[in-house]
Amino acid sequence: MYNLVQRFTDDRRAAWVAFAAVGILLAVLPFLAEAGLGRSWVRILDFALLYILLALGLNIVVGYAGLLDLGYIGFYAIGAYVYALLSSPHFGLHLPLWVVLPLGAVIAAFFGALLGAPTLRLRGDYLAIVTLGFGEIIRIFLNNLDTPVNITNGPQGINMIDPITVAGIQLSQTHTVAGIQLSSTYSYYYLFLVLTLLLIFISIRLQDSRIGRAWVAIREDEVAAAAMGINTRNVKLLAFAMGAAFAGLSGGLFAGFQGFVSPESFNLMESIMVLCMIVLGGMGNIAGVILGALILTILPEALRYLGPLQELLFGRVLADPTDLRMLIFGIALVLIMLYRPAGLLPSRRRARELQPEGDAVQQEQESLHDARR
Amino acid sequence: MDIFLQQLINGLVLGSVYALVALGYTMVYGIMELINFAHGEVTMVGAMVALAVIGAIVASGVGMPVLLVMVCGLAAAVLVCAALGFTIERIAYRPLRNAPRLAPLITAIGISIILQNLAMLIWGRQYITFPPILEIERYNIGGATITSIQILIVLLSAAIMVGLLLLINRTQMGRAMRATAQNRRVAGLMGVNINSVISMTFVLGSILAAVAGVMVCAYYGMAHYYMGFMLGLKAFTAAVLGGIGNVGGAVLGGLLLGVIESLGAGYIGPLTGGFMGSHYQDVFAFMVLILVLVLRPSGLLGERVAERP
Repeated sequence: MYNLVQRFTDDRRAAWVAFAAVGILLAVLPFLAEAGLGRSWVRILDFALLYILLALGLNIVVGYAGLLDLGYIGFYAIGAYVYALLSSPHFGLHLPLWVVLPLGAVIAAFFGALLGAPTLRLRGDYLAIVTLGFGEIIRIFLNNLDTPVNITNGPQGINMIDPITVAGIQLSQTHTVAGIQLSSTYSYYYLFLVLTLLLIFISIRLQDSRIGRAWVAIREDEVAAAAMGINTRNVKLLAFAMGAAFAGLSGGLFAGFQGFVSPESFNLMESIMVLCMIVLGGMGNIAGVILGALILTILPEALRYLGPLQELLFGRVLADPTDLRMLIFGIALVLIMLYRPAGLLPSRRRARELQPEGDAVQQEQESLHDARR
Repeated sequence: MDIFLQQLINGLVLGSVYALVALGYTMVYGIMELINFAHGEVTMVGAMVALAVIGAIVASGVGMPVLLVMVCGLAAAVLVCAALGFTIERIAYRPLRNAPRLAPLITAIGISIILQNLAMLIWGRQYITFPPILEIERYNIGGATITSIQILIVLLSAAIMVGLLLLINRTQMGRAMRATAQNRRVAGLMGVNINSVISMTFVLGSILAAVAGVMVCAYYGMAHYYMGFMLGLKAFTAAVLGGIGNVGGAVLGGLLLGVIESLGAGYIGPLTGGFMGSHYQDVFAFMVLILVLVLRPSGLLGERVAERP
């Protein structure tokens, strides 16, 4: 912890004050959201945290190791279905949380390695399309494994999944702590917050570890990395497995939080969304990834206010806000990328790489991250 | 045997459409090394525009011959899509030509979201049906049927592909395109106007997409604002299968994917003893893709590239 603080500033006391301020802000955030914006926003915060977890995982695969993965949501689906199958009336199994969550992460990691193994030789866009196909295969299987043996309950999905219970406290019920009533969305918020902080910590430590540096080396130049003695096969597999484990964990949380899973939640668009989050925020940079995830979760929700806004401006609703919402979302995506091609908060290393001027730099940049030929 | 023949015919028809769309992906990729994710949406816009024009002509009660109506619809679709392709490249890709590789991917996704939602605002969420003006003849070949529209689709796409190959291999424009694909900077030094070549590539690809879109909506008799997504995905798969960046590969990949899908859908039930039904069709396509890429990482006709120059 001390190292982390020192990273921000040399002034230890100021750092602790800043830490405490952020901590308090995060703790009261749901209350502020409910007071300022309404009850539904606490739930949106929960989802934002889930997406941060997902984005942090994908950041390992795409941001650190430079492996473009378009089937990432498949691992999320695996985590969610592991939880749903082992902890719902569907099979009559009700395994406890500390069994199903890690199990989901481990199984997802296994599938991550499984996907990684045959695709190690592929580069760039070929890898993208194979991972995309893999994600779709998982979704199609989830959709169709209801006959002849009903495993996943097909398109109807699985409902009445057990809510998450931590240390005997059922998070789906309202609790009173120190005179304050906490409804379930609040409890989930704090659980997700703790896990998010944990994974942020893991991400930061990974980034600076031997493995993290190996990932970056592979991203920059695989041949050179191999020449430096990095076992590229194992390190790449590890990136896949690690990213998948993050996704499996968040999938399990999603299932417990939502109480319902169906294959439709895990389509390609979701994978693309998570990818957009990390690219938009700034690949390889944890703060950027978090920012991207927050923006892309909150923006579509905020755009729901377009209806009332139109009434305010024009006196009536000119265009259905639900129709306009995604349109504006798309425009925002394009605009942000046009003005900040490296993302909102590019990682320091990448920012350096993106300094224009000079053919040498440009050539280096062209040979970067791509694996073109 | 007749099931086999029937599925083969259906597969070839489907494959021709895939191939047309795949050509658009592969041409853009060959020149810019960019996955134009918005390409499927361009196909959708082509279908929608054609339907709107054809519907309007039919509704106005003008007694035009069917062929002329179709040509009007097709022309409108081609014009709109060509303009669209040109605009997309200008707005979303040109400013990012020297940006990190994933940046244009995200703008492509943004553009495709925009196009989808614009189409939804303009044409609504429901399926739009093709007016019943086509008289479809059925022919019998060895126990399988083939319709006139299927024949037309296969012939038209074959003609377009031959035309495209001639354009790429025999004309000045084509040579400029090939040069740009090999090395953009050197081609520029040799006097090729890179910007206009790239614009031209997008326009060409979009025209092919428009034709494919019209074919799809005439074949299935309907169009939908979301149809571009899956079609684009399949076509991209086809392009990668054949070796992305390779024009012949896109055609081969498209046809192969169409046939594999149809045959897979027709036989997967009996093969697995009823365990897997025809809704596993898509799994089949992706499985084949993964297998091919694992065995031949650069696609069927893709050049084997060295690790690094």
